[in-house]
Amino acid sequence: MTARQKSVDVAARAQHKYIPATDAEREEMLRVIGVPSVDALFADIPAAVRLNRPLRLPPALSDPEVVAHLRALAERNTHCDSAACFLGAGAYDHYVPSVVWALAGRGEFLTAYTPYQAELMQGELQAGYEYQSMLCELTGMDVANASMYDGASATAEAAVMAKDLTKRNEVIVSTAVHPEYRQVLRTYTGPLGITVAEVPHRLGVSDAEAIARAITDHTAAVIIQHPNFFGSLEEGKALADLAHRHGALLVCAIADPLSLGILKPPGAWGADIVAGEGQSLGNHVNFGGPYLGMMATRQEFVRRIPGRLVGATVDTEGRRGFVLTLQTREQHIRRERASSNICTNEALLTLAAAIYMAALGKQGLRKVAGLNLQKAAYAKEAISGLRGYRLAFDAPTFHEFVVRTPVAPEEINRRLRRHQIIGGAPLGRWYPDLKDGWLVCVTEQRTREEIDRLTSALEEIG
Amino acid sequence: MYPKDLRYSTEHEWAKVEQRRVRVGVTKFAADKLSDVVFVELPQVGAQVTYMEPFGVIESVKAVSDLYAPVSGRVVEVNTSLSEAPEVVNTDPYGRGWIILVEPKDLKELDKLMTAEQYLKAIGEDPE
Amino acid sequence: MSAKDFPVIVELSTPGRVGFSFPEPDVPERPIERLLPVDQIREAPPGLPEVSELDVVRHYTRLSHRNFSIDEGFYPLGSCTMKYNPKIHEETAALPGFRRLHPYAPAEEAQGALQLMWELERALAEVSGMDRVTFQPAAGAHGELTGMLMVRAYFAARGEKRTKVIVPDSAHGTNPATAAMVGYQVITVKSDSRGNMDVRALRQAMDESVAAIMLTNPNTLGLFEESIVELEEIVHGRGGQLYLDGANFNAMLGMTRPGDQGFDVMHMNLHKTFTTPHGGGGPGAGAVGIRSHLTPFLPVPVIEKEGDLFRLDDARPQSIGKIRAFYGNFGNLVRAYTYIRTMGADGLRQIAETAVLNANYMLARLRGRFDLPYDRVCKHEFVLAGTRQKKRTGVTTRDMAKRVLDYGFHAPTIYFPLIVEEAIMIEPTETESKRTMDEFVDAMLAIDRETQDNPDLVRSAPHTTPVKRLDEVRAARQPDLRWKTRP
Repeated sequence: MTARQKSVDVAARAQHKYIPATDAEREEMLRVIGVPSVDALFADIPAAVRLNRPLRLPPALSDPEVVAHLRALAERNTHCDSAACFLGAGAYDHYVPSVVWALAGRGEFLTAYTPYQAELMQGELQAGYEYQSMLCELTGMDVANASMYDGASATAEAAVMAKDLTKRNEVIVSTAVHPEYRQVLRTYTGPLGITVAEVPHRLGVSDAEAIARAITDHTAAVIIQHPNFFGSLEEGKALADLAHRHGALLVCAIADPLSLGILKPPGAWGADIVAGEGQSLGNHVNFGGPYLGMMATRQEFVRRIPGRLVGATVDTEGRRGFVLTLQTREQHIRRERASSNICTNEALLTLAAAIYMAALGKQGLRKVAGLNLQKAAYAKEAISGLRGYRLAFDAPTFHEFVVRTPVAPEEINRRLRRHQIIGGAPLGRWYPDLKDGWLVCVTEQRTREEIDRLTSALEEIG
Repeated sequence: MYPKDLRYSTEHEWAKVEQRRVRVGVTKFAADKLSDVVFVELPQVGAQVTYMEPFGVIESVKAVSDLYAPVSGRVVEVNTSLSEAPEVVNTDPYGRGWIILVEPKDLKELDKLMTAEQYLKAIGEDPE
Repeated sequence: MSAKDFPVIVELSTPGRVGFSFPEPDVPERPIERLLPVDQIREAPPGLPEVSELDVVRHYTRLSHRNFSIDEGFYPLGSCTMKYNPKIHEETAALPGFRRLHPYAPAEEAQGALQLMWELERALAEVSGMDRVTFQPAAGAHGELTGMLMVRAYFAARGEKRTKVIVPDSAHGTNPATAAMVGYQVITVKSDSRGNMDVRALRQAMDESVAAIMLTNPNTLGLFEESIVELEEIVHGRGGQLYLDGANFNAMLGMTRPGDQGFDVMHMNLHKTFTTPHGGGGPGAGAVGIRSHLTPFLPVPVIEKEGDLFRLDDARPQSIGKIRAFYGNFGNLVRAYTYIRTMGADGLRQIAETAVLNANYMLARLRGRFDLPYDRVCKHEFVLAGTRQKKRTGVTTRDMAKRVLDYGFHAPTIYFPLIVEEAIMIEPTETESKRTMDEFVDAMLAIDRETQDNPDLVRSAPHTTPVKRLDEVRAARQPDLRWKTRP
């Protein structure tokens, strides 16, 4: 042992509250094992790769110190409790009922593992089954999985699923789909030899004629988002019919499932696979994650859907119970033939989503969707009435819409800070022909006072 | 239980000649190893299959396996009853658990397969 | 279903009940038909249950009692690192400045969050011996995908066509699944009698068509790859890349670093080593560390520091793109950061030392009565085999695992890795006390005796769980994946 190593070993080693082994217990365990020191247990690590110095990290902090430090970092961020948030674009400030995290945050759920030992984990499994059922109700589809990572990756995996089902390797995606979803789609599909053809939107909605021209006998899927990234409603049925006439599937991406409280669900107008982001169902914006990838499809495709599935069955005494099922599609059995490589998913967020959907129920989803629709309509009317501001597109919208602004949207956002307002998303970074495009979102959280405050501030700035 | 009138492949499929056609299934050994079969992915009628190349998939609760054709040719029939009752592969692997019926390119290809005795040796069991 | 069935929430539904509270619209209401085309309006509300708030609270509270968790008891699950999840992490992750921060807030309005990510990156780079770290992956497997996409981009940029990836026969299932997703052909190399990758076999398998080797170290047998220096030389010698599946990183903290072992890219499971809670299956967080030659391929955006300001850099033409929207599972990054700030350098080293000490202690107490396929000092986990018990009375590892549940513990990992027949993998972690470990070992020894004296008791286990053994075959043959009840 070098002198330096020795000083590391004998330096005062604090007894840590997360590591219960006392010095006496360590001695006893070493005796039972039959080695003189812990170092002996690392003897098979070649000397050449042993670390012979302490890690260079900041000194350890006690609990009160670490909380103070984290709080200081948190306070340097402008968040949705400190300002009125009119920003959406794939992450939404919705009201999260108190029951959601009071229940989902219970240690029994939070610190549980994947329910491979089903008899011991009926709580987690049943919540998953309830989530799958409620998602089917919401989307009008036959089967839903127990989560993917997020909306963007779920959309990408839907494209891969379409390729496996149709044995074709081209997909068409409208540029009215969220730019980051399209980016993730390209990243996933590239290595698998799937070609992605992007079809430009027209007037803020997917261009059916252009898609009709682009579709071929090699098209596995047409991918749209509904409502789309600009907030506009898509002509889903017409696009589904178009896709089906050519033997392709229709993949519908959904960024805010609360819209399904009032919009006709994709299952009713012909979507084959629904992929989406479930953050709006009981989760906060969390600076982009963890979020909840949703996926749902038709009964005939059930054996090709990636990710975990919870199924109902019976035990040896005839009781209903729940298990992870169709696991042979998953990586731990199927390995390189797996439908996907997903292992850990977003289970806790499916629980939160299930609690949210149960608490809101049949009537609540409709009510909250209605609030989003009405408040956004009010804001849309007011803003488009201001001199210098006009709506970019005519299509009907749910809770988001694009405004063309007289002053650069980035500058508007900077000035809105003074009014405690978080402004909408400037679109220039994604759409070069929309440099004056500003994507505004109005959820049920925005009060009339806040909307009026936004409108008068815009009037001042414009 | 390995009927002497069948031929066997190294991938645990059996082949039975029926009037110039070949019926194909998996052996009892394979069915036992997989344990409860839950699903069989069948090829389309009319599809071409190639000797020792995968033509379908067989799934149990704990495993999934490719199915390899013991002979090359065209699929003329598939056992559609497997979608309702896949367990028949476990209970009657050589009878109602058959998987596909093939019109072979060349019946002589079956000479490449093993006899019941050879197969028993291959799987490490004593011939009776 | 029988009367003793625990109800599903829709079975508690009563028309007219509500569990929500929203204000009436404070804006003038327009008729919906004026705002939405009629054919876009939902005709019937979704068939969600109508229940009161107390119904919701009771139902999910009761469900929580039908769940096992680290908060309740020991999870000796090998390969999962089920260590205690500190409560203080829930507080810091819930701070409004983090939880209520929109991902598209302009960088100048999110400096605290960006600083946290930047500092976490520096800390993990130091701990792993890597140069840069990305937090975009949502989990370990997602991290594998990210890492291997970068390897693929690296070779494409060099104009080298490499088509294969090597994995050991003991690899976790996500490794070959990931390789296939990235378009590689998987070559499996066997382990030798000491549980290490067979060096000669690797030398034969390695050539210029192999892009990378994906290794776990310590491997899935819980053993350190003794020949790591030679393995590294062989792979790098033919221009390949070394990928580390960092699932077993807990055994290495402060003792050895993957970067120093020669790995080019690795993923870390923040929900294992850095104790972000498993949540019943997720969310996780997969950090991917790389050496600098892979920096151009990092997913975007990358956090950069200029003076005192942090910004998000999107202008990276060679980037692999994105594997998810936004930046990563930020809520879990806050937890992992809190953990590292709490433990410090010596704390992290104590974690590895104690995890390895604990595992070897349990191994010493169990080895006489269970078959031990590889007789070596283990690291943070070890693998036994239930072959002796199976030979004796036909009781399987699955049966014994179900019987463990009756003793109040979660079962160990079973039937993995695939190269060990009737495998039982045990990982105590450093957060378990000697008392708990002794209780678990006593239970395993009792079950071993039961396999001789009362094998049927073990075969029909579990007996004390809310449901008895479940029919998985029926679930797979007749999939019932959603309720059919109309509320």
